[in-house]
Formats: sequence, structure tokens, C-alpha cells
Amino acid sequence: MLVTAILSGLVLGGTYALLAMGLTLQYGIARIMNLAYGELIIVAAFLAYTLFATLGLSPVWTLFIAIPAGFALGWGIYGVLMQPLVRRARTPAGLEIDSILATFGLLFVIQGLLLVSFGANFTSYSYLNVAVDVFGTKLAANRLIALALAVVLGGAIYFALTRTLWGTALRAVSVSPVSASLVGIDVDRAARTAFALGGALAAAGGVVISMYQTFTATSGVVFTMKALIIVIMGGVGNILGALSAGLVLGLAETLVATYVDPGLTLATTYGLFIAILLWRPTGLFGRAAR
Amino acid sequence: MISLKRRDILRSGVAAAAFVSSIGRSWAQDRKSVRIGYAISKTGPNAGGAGITTLPNYLLWAKEVQDAGGLELPDGSRLPLEVVEYDDRSSAEEVVRAVERLANEDKVDFILAPWGTGFNLAAAPLFDRYGFPQLAVSAVTDKAPQFVQRWKKSFWMLGGGHDYAKALATIIAEASKAGTLNGKVAMVSVADGFGIDLVTAARPAFQAAALEIVYDKTYPIGTSDFTPMINEAKASGADSFVAFSYPPDTFALTQQSQIADFNPKLLYLGVGTSFPVYSKNNGANATGILSLGGVDPTSEANADYRTRHEAATGIAPDYWASVITYASLQMLQEAIRRKGLDREAVAAEIASGSFETVLGETKLEDNQLRKIWWVGQWQNGKFVGVAPGDHAGASPLILPRQAWQKA
Repeated sequence: MLVTAILSGLVLGGTYALLAMGLTLQYGIARIMNLAYGELIIVAAFLAYTLFATLGLSPVWTLFIAIPAGFALGWGIYGVLMQPLVRRARTPAGLEIDSILATFGLLFVIQGLLLVSFGANFTSYSYLNVAVDVFGTKLAANRLIALALAVVLGGAIYFALTRTLWGTALRAVSVSPVSASLVGIDVDRAARTAFALGGALAAAGGVVISMYQTFTATSGVVFTMKALIIVIMGGVGNILGALSAGLVLGLAETLVATYVDPGLTLATTYGLFIAILLWRPTGLFGRAAR
Repeated sequence: MISLKRRDILRSGVAAAAFVSSIGRSWAQDRKSVRIGYAISKTGPNAGGAGITTLPNYLLWAKEVQDAGGLELPDGSRLPLEVVEYDDRSSAEEVVRAVERLANEDKVDFILAPWGTGFNLAAAPLFDRYGFPQLAVSAVTDKAPQFVQRWKKSFWMLGGGHDYAKALATIIAEASKAGTLNGKVAMVSVADGFGIDLVTAARPAFQAAALEIVYDKTYPIGTSDFTPMINEAKASGADSFVAFSYPPDTFALTQQSQIADFNPKLLYLGVGTSFPVYSKNNGANATGILSLGGVDPTSEANADYRTRHEAATGIAPDYWASVITYASLQMLQEAIRRKGLDREAVAAEIASGSFETVLGETKLEDNQLRKIWWVGQWQNGKFVGVAPGDHAGASPLILPRQAWQKA
């Protein structure tokens, strides 16, 4: 029973982590609190659904379309909507407020477009809903993909951020945009890249969860909320933080649902959130001071 | 410059408002149309439910009335419909505001009911105060007998939690007596309106039927992983599994039960089971699953309704409240044909008259529709009514349910 609970908790956590990693890049490096993040997930989910329903294209293949498209979309949104805000912002806090307002508007624009094109109905389809035996526990293949993708993408981005010059530049921007530009880093370009990477991760998450989770044109905000909790728990801008916070959350929810009461999962989420913030105000992997 | 522009806009707005209200007045005097208004959740969390059960039927009905040359009045003349629609954005305050606006400013002749139990309750005092009949279809409440005392022109057409729970308890108890089931029930429910109502009714109903509830848990709304509950239910020894769930939960429970190889002999799931997409996604695996609602598969009127619904709106109706919503509009239409646009007389006619609708001969008892399906089951790609078993057109219940077929 314990093995089952731990494994299904990790699988659930994989989904959470996958959904949160993009936001942590956007918020931590580009310093844009993207409230429309969940809507990007839903757009990708609808893309996967449409391609599956009309062309019979497997969502796994859709990933290869959605990830570059998400990157391009993020790149475009940053250029059109965020750059003017970044240019006129005097302080990081000012940018945060402006970006919250702007992306709040963007949320409704995307939601409106989705409502017009797809209506308000519950959308769900089933793909790769087959059992895979792991250590005697039956897990859903589609959810395992989410966990694997979270670990692979999270690991790759972590490696790129810590081991390459390009990644070091991105981290420099995240630590101090002003000093970064003094040493010759193109801050604008770095922030734009981080924002676009976040878009790519959101798209990957949307495609994967569409295989097993029911969604509607208006359910993006649920994903934004969950992602935000994980981002803050893990430490803003820290990809490994998002990964581990997601897994911890999934584990905690499943263990509580199994051994205590399924009614307490939400309480557990927020209880854990408060506890971690009390213990480490900047999150699990957060820097001591920002 | 800016202020000038604003004033212009304001002035044209006022002019437009005056224009509209003058039209409204002239209509009221020499009647060139009948105004029908409604507030419905087109956006927000309720849009999914309203968009499948209620709104398509309002659109279908309005289109059919319009195509027939308008709404027929007692003197045989026909007036075209004029529809006023508001989006309540899934907020109870917006429903109240919209109903007030429909009554006071738009001066509509009739108001169609909003979607959902809570919203119908929120709007009921206003319908009553302004004298509008309220045909509340998508509202499940045990308090309907009290409500009709308080709001004389309110009509409740989808029964109450006790009706559904009692019918289910009877089915499980009879099958246990026959030796098909072992009399043990595992039960989960969503900690929100529908789940709370139904599980509160189910606990005493199951106990009264001498069933043993071996697992009984609630989960918060928005839960996406049901693996722990399914594993516990599987280990509990019950061979009946009952979930009072919302559509996303219903779909997830179905998928995750297949993964866990969880094969209860009786599987009852909540809202969403009767959606056409459920059978589309699950194919043969839907067979045998029980839920609320159902239809008579032999009824030609119903089959014809389903075809028209799909042709007009592009989506298939659900197998529970959709057809009742449409029947409620047919009743309103017929009552207007018999009594005219006098709301008092129309309400009295709906309460006491007998109507030929897609449900067949339809008559309300104490302002409530009581002849509906409490339990339905997926059989041969249709969600058919199985209880009450003496209801005309009832299909025989099939138990035990087949095990999940591997894709």
C-alpha cells in the first residue's frame, strides 16, 4: 500500500511540476508574473484535442508542434505586450505590478477567444490510458509521460542554466538585471528567451495533461493558481525547486488521501505551503535575499 | 478633447437607450412581438453545465418557434419572439441583477430559468416578486414542496436528492437480496452542492435498505487524482461503488478505475455520465454504468428531439435534464397558446394543465414534475432509464456490470 501511495504521489507530483516549471522561469528570470500562464496551458490542451479529434494525431507528436509554437508565442507576447512595460518600469516592483495587470487582461483575451472557438463545454478525450506495471503498482501511461517529461525537461533546463554560458547569463539577469547589463549581457534578450522558454514548457504541460484531465475554456486559472503555489514553494526562478516542490505536493496529497482522508488534500496543500514559507521564506531552493 | 469625446459617447448612449425604450413601449402597446429573456452562465465555472443542458435547448426552441412563424396566441395569431440574453458569468449576484433588469428595464413577457440549483434558488424570490412563472429544470432539491408554498409560480422539474438516492438504494438492495451483489457499498462524493445533497440523502437511504457502507469519503472540488480512493474502495470488499461526482471527476474516475483494474459489479457515477461525450470517449466500456437520469429508448418523440437538437445546435443533448428542459419550454409555449400572455393565467395553466411534450403526456403534481427517471444505465450506446421500473418505457437493469475491456 505504501509503495502504491508513494508511486502514485510521485506521478501526480510530476504533473504539478511540469505545470509549474514554465512559470518559475517567467517569474524568476523575466520577472513577469504571468497570470495568463494557465491559459497558455489550455490553448495547448485544445490544440492537442483538436489535432487528435480531427486528424487522429497522437498527442505525443503534438508535443513536437506545441513546444516550438509555445516558444514562439511566448517570444511574441513578450515582444508585443511585455517589452513596453519593461522599458518604462523604473523598479522591479513596478514591473511586477504592471505585468500582473497586463497579463490579467491577456487572460481574458485568450479565454474569450477560446470560448468563441470551442464553447464552454467540458472537453476530454482519452489517450494512452493504459496501465503500466511499476514495482507491482499499476500506473497510467499518460501520467507517467508527464512525470518523465517533467524530469527530463527540468533536468535539461537545470543543466543548461548551471553549466552553459548562456544559462549563466540568464541566471545573472535573474539575480540582478542592472549589473548583468554592466557586464555586457543583453538583458532584454535574456528575459525574452526565459519568457519564451516558459511558454514552451506551458505548451508541453498543456498537451500532456489534455490526455487525462478534463478541461474547459475557462479552467486556466486553476492551473495558474496551482503553479503559483509550487513556484513560491520551490523558490522563484528555480527549476529544481519547482520540480521538487511539485513532487512533494503530489506525494503529500496522495499520502494524506490514502492514510488520513481525501477531504483533507486541499488543506494539506496549503498547510504545507504555509509551513515551508515559515521555515524558508524564499522557498525550498530560494536565495537568502532578493 | 477627451472629455468632448466622452460626452459624445454618453449622449449617443443615452439616445440609444431612449430609442430602445421607446421601441419597448410601442411594442407593449400594439404587440408586434413577444419578449422572452433569460440569464445563463456563458462564461465561468458553470458554463460547462449550462452549455450542454440549458442554453442549447433555449436556442433550439427559439429557432423552432421563429421558423413556425412565431408564438401562437389563443386567437390563432402568431407573434415573433424577441430574445434578450444575459451572461451571468457564473455569479449568483449577476443572475439576480439580470432577472431584475429583464423584469424592470427590458420589460420581457416571460423569463426562462437560469442553470443550476443555487441560481434557481437565488432567482426564485425575484421571479415571484415580479410575477413570472419559473420553470426550474436544472435544479435538484428536496425542498420543492416547501418552495412551491412560498413561491406559488415556481415549478421544480428534476426531483430531489432523496428521490435519486432512494431509487439507487432500492436497486442495490434488491440485487443484494438476489445474491448478485454483496450488500456492501463504497461511496465517494464531491464536497460541493450536488455531492453534499446526494450523499446526505444516500446515507440514510442505504441504511434503511440494510446496506453496509464500508467506505464513505468526500473529496474537495477540483481533485484530479482519484487513485487513493479507488485503491481504498477496491480493498474495502464492497462490490458496489457509488460516486456523487462532477463531470471532470466522473471522467477521471472512469479512466483511473480502468488503470487500477477496479471492477465493481455495480458502478454508479455522478454528473457527466449522461453526457454524450461519455459514451464517445469510453465506447463499449460505458456499458452497464449507472447514473442519474435516462431516456426511454423506444420513444420516437425523444429520438426526433435528439436529431433536431443536434442539427440546430451542433451538439447532442445530454441524457438527463436536456429533454426535460425542452419539455418545459413546450409546456410554456402551449400554456401561452391556451391562455395568452397573462402571466397569472399561464402559471395556473402550467400548474393544472396536461401537456403533450417530448416526454409524452406531461402533467405536474403540486408544481413538480415527478414522472422522471431516477436511475439510468448505459446500454447499447444509449443511456436508458431503468428506475422507476414501472415507468412506461423502462429498460430492464443489467447487473453485474461487465469488467473493463482492455483497449
